[in-house]
Order: sequence, then structure tokens, then C-alpha cells
Amino acid sequence: MESDYAIIGGGVVGLSIAWGLLKRGRSVTVLDGDDGSFRASRGNFGLVWVQSKGMNQPRYARWSQESAAAWADHAAELGDATGHDMGLRQDGGLTLFFSEDEMEKTVSDYETLKAKLDGNYPYEILGGNALRREEPHIGPSVIGAILHHQDGHTNPLRLLQSLAQDVRRLGGTVLTGKQITGVEKTDLFRLTCADGTEIRAAKTVLSAGLGAIDLGPKMGFKAPIRPQRGQVLITEKMPKIINRPSLIARQVDEGGIQIGATNEEVDFNDDVTQDGIAHLAADAVNAYPILGKVNLIRSWGALRILSPDGLPIYQESAAMPGAFLVTCHSGVTLSAAHARFLPDWLEGNANAPDLEVFSEARFS
Amino acid sequence: MKPAFRNLTAPASSPGQMVAVTFDGQELTLVEGENLAAALLAAGVDTFRETPVSGAPRAPFCMMGACFDCLVEIDGTVRQACLATVTDGMNIRKPNGTSDV
Repeated sequence: MESDYAIIGGGVVGLSIAWGLLKRGRSVTVLDGDDGSFRASRGNFGLVWVQSKGMNQPRYARWSQESAAAWADHAAELGDATGHDMGLRQDGGLTLFFSEDEMEKTVSDYETLKAKLDGNYPYEILGGNALRREEPHIGPSVIGAILHHQDGHTNPLRLLQSLAQDVRRLGGTVLTGKQITGVEKTDLFRLTCADGTEIRAAKTVLSAGLGAIDLGPKMGFKAPIRPQRGQVLITEKMPKIINRPSLIARQVDEGGIQIGATNEEVDFNDDVTQDGIAHLAADAVNAYPILGKVNLIRSWGALRILSPDGLPIYQESAAMPGAFLVTCHSGVTLSAAHARFLPDWLEGNANAPDLEVFSEARFS
Repeated sequence: MKPAFRNLTAPASSPGQMVAVTFDGQELTLVEGENLAAALLAAGVDTFRETPVSGAPRAPFCMMGACFDCLVEIDGTVRQACLATVTDGMNIRKPNGTSDV
């Protein structure tokens, strides 16, 4: 089988790229793992998020903003093609504060970043009373919040489902249960799988999440990424009680309240722990006391894909030109950018986004 | 109403005592100690609640604590009926949105 592109990894990142390339008339084969693969695409928190991203690298803040701004069209186009509602809401997101000092420090950091972004950082500070008007169920220990108007959230499972469906509709080939054992390049890339499948392609994109740790070095990348566990909870479905998402809790389009998330360095372990769940539940009830009487129905753990500085990596291989590494923590937020802007970078077009700061040169 | 479910043993041979409970104001006589979801189904209750989002009717589905479709409010607390047992005087209601939370 021969394609213009072989995409290694069929999660939100790989499928977004595949979708964008197919829209431009390229032929694409996506090689996906199996049910045992670690899949951030199935375990994440579903935010389309700008605030606090790129505090030390304004280009990352802008890249997130560019993607968030393209998300409405992205969701509409996928929705029209598949009939699924992405559940996208982009009317702002909250960071909740429990002390004045903490809030002042964050506001000062946001002002610094806002100056670097030429003022494009639309947020407002809500005191306790203003916040309670927006979120009537907020508890007394929350002293205020930052409302950032570029934030929002979506239904990440429907995003994944829609991408998987539309990539196939557009003529993409998606092969599942594949484990790549070898990558060679002569005139074409030749990818070999554990089951003997062989794929040939002019270019290849490594977007395999944590799978890039093993595969990256074989293709000439440093791929210095690591797993970080996040445990999350979800409640029974409720009438509307939370209007805007925060990192603590969000009410999904189907009514359940998703509570997040731990940050744990526990290697390749996506278990749920009693301690982790108890802390999440306590923090959520502290922020929204009404949750104290709501039933939890599920909990799960998933692994984030983190680079040393938390920023994405976009790198073409020096050893194997035509091979690209794409990896990031925020595959949902960046889905629109990966579908709509990244293909220009992969194709080497003049209007390609400037992704220089995201190269592996920063890891010396 | 004609129950879709029935006890395999006749109430007379049942080891438990018959006790009175209320479901949404209606008096029911159930066997003490029986699984509440099963007892309500056998008593002919076919809608345990309406969903808070679309208002669609719901009844027990998995009967083993996983699906959360059998939620009812028992003496003021929303719980899974399939994980509760019948006790004397239980006041059971359909959960009713935020007013009960």
C-alpha cells in the first residue's frame, strides 16, 4: 500500500492531521494501535483552553489562540459531515481562586503575557459577588475567579468519533491494531508492522503520543516526552448547575459533571487510586458544595504526554527528511490548528505557520 | 397496572415481612429486605425517574450498580435503587433536579 502520507497514531492528533491532509487532496494511511494502547484521546478533560498556556513562551499562547479561534468552524465542518454535535461551547472559562495572594500573582503573570501578545488576552477578574452571579453554586471558600473569554470546552469523545468517521469518508485508510516495528527510508518510507503489514509513503508523521518515546529515536528524533497521570471523575447527569468550565469541574453537554484532574508522575500506570479520587472529590465539593450530594458514576486514569517544558514539539527529522514528529499535551485544543494550519507546514508551503520555537533544538 | 416483572416465589412463602413504603406519594406494600429496584419493578413501578437533561423516562437497566439508571430519592438522598434494600416506611420519590440536591 502506498500513500502520500503515513500517519503513525490514530488519536485526536493523528486524525486531525490526517483529516487536514485529506481535505487538501493528499492520500493518507493512518496506523493506529490496539485497545491496550494508552489513549489520551479517550481519557481527557475536553477543554479548548487558552488561559495559562505559554506563560513563558508567547508563541504557544498565540498558537493556542489561533486554534481556539478556528474551533467553531472546525466543529461545524465536522458536525455537518458526520451528523455529530461536538458540544462545543466557547463562552469563556474560569480559574477559581481560594486566596487573594494566589489571584494577584496570576493576574500579574497574565498582564505580563498580555503585553507580549499585543493586548490580545481578553480576561476579566471576578470578585466573589460577581462570580456568584455567574455561577450561583460556587462555595464560600472561592474568593474570586479569572474569566478568560477565549476559553471553552467540547465533547472530546465525539470529536474523536467524528474525526475517525470523517477521515474514512474522505478516503483515508485507517488500520487498527498495528504496532510499528521498523521505519526505513529509501526513495519512500517503508513502515513495517509486527503483523507483517508494510506501508509505503512519501512522508510520514509520528503522532503516536507516548508511543513516540520508543519510535522517535529510531526516526532521528529526541522525543523527550514522558507520561503524567491524570485521574478524573464523572457524576450522574444533572440539570445545569455549572455554567462555565474550570480546571476543577465542568458540566458536559450530556449533563454529567466531570471533575479533574490529578498530576502524578507514576510512569506508565493509568490506575485509579482511592487517595487520588478522594482529593479530587474534596476539592470539587469545596468549590461547588452542591456536588456533595451528587452521585459519582465513573472514575478513570489517563496519561498526559508531556515534553520537558510542557510545550508541543513540531520537528522534521534531520536523519530522515520527510518524517515529522508532532506531539503535544493539548491535542483537543490544538485539533483545529492541526487540521487546518499544520498541513501547510508538512507540505512546506509559503504560508506555513511559524513553528520554529517548537523544534527539538530547545532540548540541547 | 400489570407488572412486567414478578417474584418467582409467592409473597406468602417469602421470608420477609410485608412493609409499607411510599413511591411518589403512592403507598406500596413490599417485602422487607428485598432488593428495592426488584421490589418496585414487581410492584408495577415502570418509571423510576425522568432524566434531568431531556426528561426521558428511566428504569433499572443493569441491576448491578453500574448504569445509574435506577436512581431514586430515598428519604432525601438520591441513591441507586438496585443497591438498596426495602425497609419499613421508606419514603421514595423520583429525583427532581437541583431542588433536591
